[in-house]
Amino acid sequence: MEPKATREGYGDALVEVAKKYKNVVALDADLNDSTRSDYIKKVDPSRFISMGIAEQDMIGTAAGLAASGKIPFASTFAIFSERAFEFVRNIVSRNNLNVKIAGSHAGIFTGEDGKSAQAIEDISIYRTLPNMIVLQPCDYIETKKAVHALAAYHGPSFMRLLRNPLPVIHNENYKFEIGKGEILKKGEDAVIFATGTMVHESLAAAEILKKSKIDIYVVNIHTIKPIDEKLIISLAKKTNCVITAEDHNIIGGLGSAVAEVLGENYPCIMKRIGMEDKYGESGKPAELYEKYGLSAKHVAEKVREVVKRKKK
Amino acid sequence: MQSKKMDKPKILELRKIANEIRKQSVIITHRAQSGHPGGSLSEADILAALYFYKLRINPKNPNWEDRDRFVLSKGHASPGYYAALAMKGYFPMKELETFRKINSRLQGHPELKTPGVDFAGGSLGQGICFANGIAIAGKLDNKKYNVYVLIGDGESQEGAVWEAAMAAAHHKLDNLVVILDKNQVQETGKTKDVMNIDPAADKWKAFGFEVFDIDGHDMEKIVETLDKADNIKGKPVIIVANTIKGKGVSFMELNYKFHGKAPDDEQFKQAMEELKKNNT
Repeated sequence: MEPKATREGYGDALVEVAKKYKNVVALDADLNDSTRSDYIKKVDPSRFISMGIAEQDMIGTAAGLAASGKIPFASTFAIFSERAFEFVRNIVSRNNLNVKIAGSHAGIFTGEDGKSAQAIEDISIYRTLPNMIVLQPCDYIETKKAVHALAAYHGPSFMRLLRNPLPVIHNENYKFEIGKGEILKKGEDAVIFATGTMVHESLAAAEILKKSKIDIYVVNIHTIKPIDEKLIISLAKKTNCVITAEDHNIIGGLGSAVAEVLGENYPCIMKRIGMEDKYGESGKPAELYEKYGLSAKHVAEKVREVVKRKKK
Repeated sequence: MQSKKMDKPKILELRKIANEIRKQSVIITHRAQSGHPGGSLSEADILAALYFYKLRINPKNPNWEDRDRFVLSKGHASPGYYAALAMKGYFPMKELETFRKINSRLQGHPELKTPGVDFAGGSLGQGICFANGIAIAGKLDNKKYNVYVLIGDGESQEGAVWEAAMAAAHHKLDNLVVILDKNQVQETGKTKDVMNIDPAADKWKAFGFEVFDIDGHDMEKIVETLDKADNIKGKPVIIVANTIKGKGVSFMELNYKFHGKAPDDEQFKQAMEELKKNNT
């Protein structure tokens, strides 16, 4: 399959779940052309609810729909969903309502739109809300599977979507399970827990590292909350060397979630790869990944350093 | 539907109920030594009219899916709300004694776990957004229920109220009735001094609502207007209920200090005496 953006998977899957569940509706804050949420109109135009550029109202309305038995998928850019954070906190998660929030154009991978559009704190803030689950699928097919899983799941969720095309590494037979990490490559010297775009960078980094005779696990963490504690602890025990990789601030995101698990269960050498508490800027995604240390080359370099530390 | 002329005894009964809601609001906050009496006293007549005249609800089946919904957006006015729910039979009157106590179903601000509660308030500006969602769901499913949402005038300073107002008109939610408890006072002073919201009725009209501007303590008028709202098609309704914060207790009336403060023992005694005289 040609590379495809995860937001495409979102739009296509909405059509499927809308056919499957009569109560599925989609809401958007005037970014439905970007989030692809308006694909649901193909099933029934009345099941797309235009909210205008009003994210707080959108979340409140989604909550009211959920309280009335609907299964609302509410989408906008991840960054603008944050504007409604207190609505998510006080109406959606506080009441454990069945609202599915989808935040697209996350991370510096968004590229040319620059800092204002590149959410690097969304995983962190949504992760702190009781009842919320937080997902970030890494390719088109995984996104479709995640949307199906969310439609069947009862409870509030935040799913992070990405603007630009990504390689498709899963096929239609892939079994997606909320809360379960996925081992993509086995190794010995270290393990990388990666999410979203960084799954692909990490797989490429593993190839680079083979030349230096460093053999690593690459694990796709599509569910940042609830995090797969069991898998994280078992692979930490196996390798004694843990790296996390995310296009997100290293504070509060996947790196923090893994550190929380290991800090209490199995402290070991660890390195968090991500945005180092700074914002991005305009540019091509590949240029930005190079500049901000997220490219496969940088990941490989950082893995080499931690593996060296472990051997000392 | 024609608005029916209300008979006198029913109006008198509703007035008595409103006064009982006021008494309970004072008792509840005094006992808890916390809570919000001012807004509970201003909303009492509206709650009496809704719960004991207008709402199609069944306390024995609080989650009946065809019920009318009531969204208390100004969730701090929970003492009056809980009083109305208990009097309607959603839970025992005795339970009012647990207000704001640990393990109680009667939290400081309403929670969905409490029978009869359709919206968990406490954060202002969210109720209409939520009510719109219920109203849209009703339209999609061809339900006949109405959604009533009570907001405050101080609350109207929240931008989300106006996002929701725009959306309610855009989506032609004629199954939505907003009631503005325009009690003139908020936490730190008079609304017109803190942040003026007037001309409120004109603003709502400009946003596409059918506006009824009434005395929010005139029971006959409240009841009549709630009936009139049924006849408005194609757009949402707002009832601007002009009220007095702290209504019925002289030293609480228009006194911002009783927005979120309970009466002490002396004040409690006086308040109850005044409300007892009001019992007609």
